[in-house]
Formats: sequence, C-alpha cells, structure tokens
Amino acid sequence: MQTYVDTNAQDENWTEVIQPRTRLLDLGLADVWRYRDLVMLFVRRDFVSTYKQTVLGPIWFFIQPLLTTITYVIIFGNVAKLSTDGLPMMVFYLSGITIWNYFALTLTNTSTVFRDNAAMFGKVYFPRLTMPLSIVISNLVRFAIQFGLFIVVWLYYLLKGNSGIHPNWLIALTPVLVLVMGLMSLGLGMIFSAMTTKYRDLAMLLAFGVQLLMYATPVIYPLSSITGKYRYLILANPMTSIVETFRYAFLGSGVFDWSYLAYSLAFTVVILLVGTIIFNRVQKSFTDTV
Amino acid sequence: MSDIAIKVEGLSKLYRLGEVGTGTMSQDLNRWWAGVRGKEDPFAKIGETNDRTSKGSSDFVWSLKDVNFEVKQGEVLGIIGRNGAGKSTLLKILSKITAPTTGSIKVKGRIASLLEVGTGFHPELTGRENIFLNGAILGMSKTEIRSKFDEIVDFSGVERYIDTPVKRYSSGMYVRLAFAVSAFLEPEILIVDEVLAVGDAEFQKKCLGRMKDVSRNDGRTILFVSHSMAAVKNICTTGLLMKNGQVSFGGTADEAVDYYIANFLNFNSDVKIQLTDENRSYDLSRLIEYQTIEFANPVENNLYSTEDDITLVVRLKSKVSREDFRLAFSICKMDESAVGAFFSEETLSIMKGQEKEFSITIKNHQLAKGQYYFDLSVGVGNELTGITDYDIVTKTLFFEIAYKDILKTQMITLWHSEWGSVNFKNVELKAV
Repeated sequence: MQTYVDTNAQDENWTEVIQPRTRLLDLGLADVWRYRDLVMLFVRRDFVSTYKQTVLGPIWFFIQPLLTTITYVIIFGNVAKLSTDGLPMMVFYLSGITIWNYFALTLTNTSTVFRDNAAMFGKVYFPRLTMPLSIVISNLVRFAIQFGLFIVVWLYYLLKGNSGIHPNWLIALTPVLVLVMGLMSLGLGMIFSAMTTKYRDLAMLLAFGVQLLMYATPVIYPLSSITGKYRYLILANPMTSIVETFRYAFLGSGVFDWSYLAYSLAFTVVILLVGTIIFNRVQKSFTDTV
Repeated sequence: MSDIAIKVEGLSKLYRLGEVGTGTMSQDLNRWWAGVRGKEDPFAKIGETNDRTSKGSSDFVWSLKDVNFEVKQGEVLGIIGRNGAGKSTLLKILSKITAPTTGSIKVKGRIASLLEVGTGFHPELTGRENIFLNGAILGMSKTEIRSKFDEIVDFSGVERYIDTPVKRYSSGMYVRLAFAVSAFLEPEILIVDEVLAVGDAEFQKKCLGRMKDVSRNDGRTILFVSHSMAAVKNICTTGLLMKNGQVSFGGTADEAVDYYIANFLNFNSDVKIQLTDENRSYDLSRLIEYQTIEFANPVENNLYSTEDDITLVVRLKSKVSREDFRLAFSICKMDESAVGAFFSEETLSIMKGQEKEFSITIKNHQLAKGQYYFDLSVGVGNELTGITDYDIVTKTLFFEIAYKDILKTQMITLWHSEWGSVNFKNVELKAV
C-alpha cells in the first residue's frame, strides 16, 4: 500500500470509476440487467409477504376491486345517479377501477421507494432503479389478475346480450395502454420519490393528490357527460385518454381520439425523461439527506 | 503497476450538519444556480476538517478530506481510527452507497460490500427465500446462489429451519444465516465492516477463518474496517490509519496498529480522572454513573511492581435507590484487548441522589510487565447470569507494571510479549 499517488501512471483498464457525478441520462441499464434476478425476487417478495398469514390469500386481489365497484354502483350509480353512457354499471365502474388502480398503486408505491428502503439502501449498493421497476412489474401482475376479473364480468354481459356493449378492434391497443400507464406512473413515482427524500411534504401531497386526481379522470363518469370549460381540464389529465380509450375499446362507448392518446404518450415520454434525470441525481447521495 | 485493485484520488466528502429538510430550499437553489453557471458549490468553501470534539463554526463539515491511497490486488487492508475519523464514510463511498463530493475512486474488479449482514432479509419469508433474496441484493445471480445453496445452508447450520419464516428464528440463527450468505460472495474486492462483532465466539472464529481463506487462497482484495486492533493484526496485511477525515498513517498492519497505539491511545500517568463523554462509547441509561476514579495510593508514573496491590477509589452518583447492584472492571492492554475482568457480588447499595465512594483493591494481580488501563462498569447481573449495565466507562486510568528491582530475587527480569500478559504466581511445583 502506498499513500502517495503517482499521477504519471498510465491509464489502465478500470472496471469502474466512482465519481461525484454521472452523465445526466446514464441510467446504468446494463447494471439493472445484471441484477434482473433481483427485480424478480423483489416482485416475489411483494406477493408472498402481502398475503402470508391471511386466510383468503390472493383472493383479496378480487375482493378489493369487486367491493369498490359495488360501492360505486350504490353511491355514484344509484344515489348520485351519474351517467354511465347507458352501459351496465357493474362493467362500467369495474373497467375504470381496474385501469385506475394500476396507475394509482404504482404511483403511490414508487413514490416512497427511497424512504421505505432507506435502511437497506444505506447498507448495500444495488441499482436503485430495480426497486421502482419491481413495483411496476408486481403491480402489473396484480393488474393482470384484476383484468381477468374484468374480462369475466365483461364476457358475462357480452354473452347475455342486449347490454349495449360493442367491443371493437381497438382492444388490440390494450398492451400499449398498459405500457404507457406503467411508464407514466414510473416516471411520476421516480420524481416524487426523489423529491420526498428532501421535502417530505410531497409525500403528504401525493397521498391525497392521487385520490383527488381520480375525480379528474373519467373513472366514475364518462367523458361525454362533461361539457364546457371543465372538459378541457379533464382532457389535460394524461390519464383521461387512457381510461376512455380502454372503455371505448371494450365497451364501445366513450371518447376516442388519436390526438388525445398522442398527448398522453408525449406526456409520458417527458415525465419519464425528467424522472430519470432527477432519480439519477438523487440516488447517488440520498442517504445523506433522507 | 498493473496489480492495483483500488486507486483513491483526492477523495473528499462534505456533510451538512444539523437538521436537514426545512429551510434549505433557498440554499438548494443557490447551489443549483452555482452549478448551472459552472461555479463551485458556494457552501463547500466554509467546511472545516472533521473533528467532532471541537464545535465547528459552520454547518458543513468535511467528513473526508483529500484522501489518497492505493490497494494492491490480494491485499487485506485494515482501516482503523477513532469513531468519527471517516472510516465509515470512506466505506460508504467505496460501496457506492453515497457519492463523494470531489475526487474519484478507480476500481478493478467487482466490489461487494458487507456493511451489515442480512440486509433486505424479510421476516415473513423462509430461510430459503431469504438466501436467494439476500444473495441477489449482494449481487449474485440466481444460478450462482443455487450452485452454492447447499454450502451456504451447511455453513449456517440452520438446515432444519430452512423452510421456516425467519421471524421465528432466534437472533443467533438469523445472524448465522445472514453471514453464511455473505461468506459465499465471490467478488474480486470485498469490503467488510465490523459485522464480525456479532454471533457467538465459535461462529466469529469461523467467520474470521473464512475471511482469511478467501484472501490467502483466492487472492482476493479485502478492505476491513475494525475497532479491534487484535483482529486487524490477525487478518490484515496492510493498515491505514484515519484521523479527522484524512489518512494519518499507512503501512503494514502491524505498523499501523503500533502507530495508533503510540499516538492515539496516549498512556498518561494521571492519578485521578473526571469522567466525560469521551470515556463513554455506549449510550446507556446511566441510572447509576461514574463520576471520578482515582488511585488510592498513587505511585510515581503509575508504575506498579509485580508485588504491589492496586487500589482504586470510584465515586458513583445515582438517580435511583438500589441495594443489589454490582461493580465490574476489566484490565486492558494498550491494543485494546482485555486481559481479564472482575464482577463484584450484587450486594452494593446506594440511595437516590446520593454520591458514594467505593474502593477496589486488586491483590496479587499477576499481571506481567506492560502498560494497561481500566474499563469499568456498573449494573446488575454478572458473567453467569447475564449483564445489564447502567454505565460503562473506558480508558479511564492507565498504569504500568514492571519488575521492581533486579536484586529482589526475581527469576525473570525480562518479559517477552509472546508469553502473554499474566505471570502466574499461585503455582505449586514439587517432586512426587
């Protein structure tokens, strides 16, 4: 060991150089790929730990959206008598909830990544991105199960006939919708998680912000029922076109417009970019502030 | 110079002291604006060197300042220094947990760090599931873990409970399993914090042995941070001494430890000590606490002979009334390893708010020539029943043992350190 540094030593093939800053967009995706097993193990951990020692286990995946739907049917459908575009209430609300739940859960879960895992992050290095990624994936699995539930209900009404459901070829867009939604919540979640390491206030904001945002998204009402100045407000919400397109594709009623969808896509790209930059900045030294 | 595994150049780390979170927005904006214009961080300049004993005038402190060193491949580097010297910060930067403020570290080979065992263990998951999860967190692939799975289970010795959730494990089993996963990591460079200070003695020995094997047989580079001078001497080939965020000495492990002992653990011949926080490394209740400790019959330079009795007078102050507490002391060598300890009967009494003195006389101490110091504790329970301490004070009074006089019919006047620290006196030898 030597305590002097020979500055004339020629450049060598270093595997890694630890420096104060990295390039702005260097996500270290190669690193994430190397840790792909870890992502899947995190997903598995999420599932196993959530439903261990519960009697009903994974059945809870169905109970949550079903009970929510029934509540909405009673409150918004029968008491408040909100329009459902002439669709059966059950399938109308369930379609909105299935989509919205994925977005809301992914966003709220990713937004606390740094805070929730501070102890672990403070002790060992692994690409921090694996954590939000695993959340996106495990919520995707959850979504798939709930989507299955939706399909069952949907098929029931479709086969029963006379329910005003007219599915069309836009169903093929479903994977795109899910992807856009997943990436949007990932981007937003990364921004919030990075910012909450310093400004805890944001966590408070987000908790009820997501709840409020649901009312600005056509989950419990169809977009067609909104007119006037509020319509623009709701169209400005990038989730609107996703929920509406989903509903239009499966149920045949709703507002579908390529430009609305393009707006959501553009929004997602920007958010993902910004999220990446901020997350990248913060992950290197958040342990000092959290 | 192609055999260098780690090269640290001009490494510094700036920390902000005090409350982080509120009122920093304007400062953040200032820093950001400076960054945008390509100027230096405006707050970096007011930092000072890291000396936790003196209160600095600014809120920013250099936890590391301009650290340079190199580690060769296959070297086992021991990093030593007092609390707050910057060891942990250095480790954190090396493990990529936090980024340096300036400078760089160039690394050849994959790094794995063990700042803690069992990171990411989930209580609800079984031992088997946790092995995979923990292994993956430490950077192993699934196939890698699978191929070592049997060895890991074997090493941990918890085979029977491998499919039980770890929340049902005893803390010992938990640590064993956690360490076992770490022990089978095979990176080119391994960074180890004092995780070895856990588990029972037998297991500790196993762990130290494993570390030695890894470095000798596989030629891996290890960085080992420890407070235990004995462990550093035992395991490491080279040593790095940190002081106030800077490298104060670098050399072989033995040299570094000796330098530390000579320069930091100052032998002093005070005969009375007023205890301060400097003497307390544990945050205990201090229901009963030490106030002063002094030698009752002071001798010159605290130099006692092998024949002398040593008497201490300790002054205690209590916040509670107790009739069943005990005192304990241990005598340590200058390399911080203990020579022996004593626990009194649990029959001492003190009243609430009272200050009371006790005298402790060590007769026939049997200590060999050398320099020693006293650590003391007060509490309940002893080495047999389990210990609860109210207060522990370390490095209190120092003393030296020497053979008094060559004419005093001493058989041995020179004591070799390899003979140990005890010179047995109560030995009977006769022909039978």
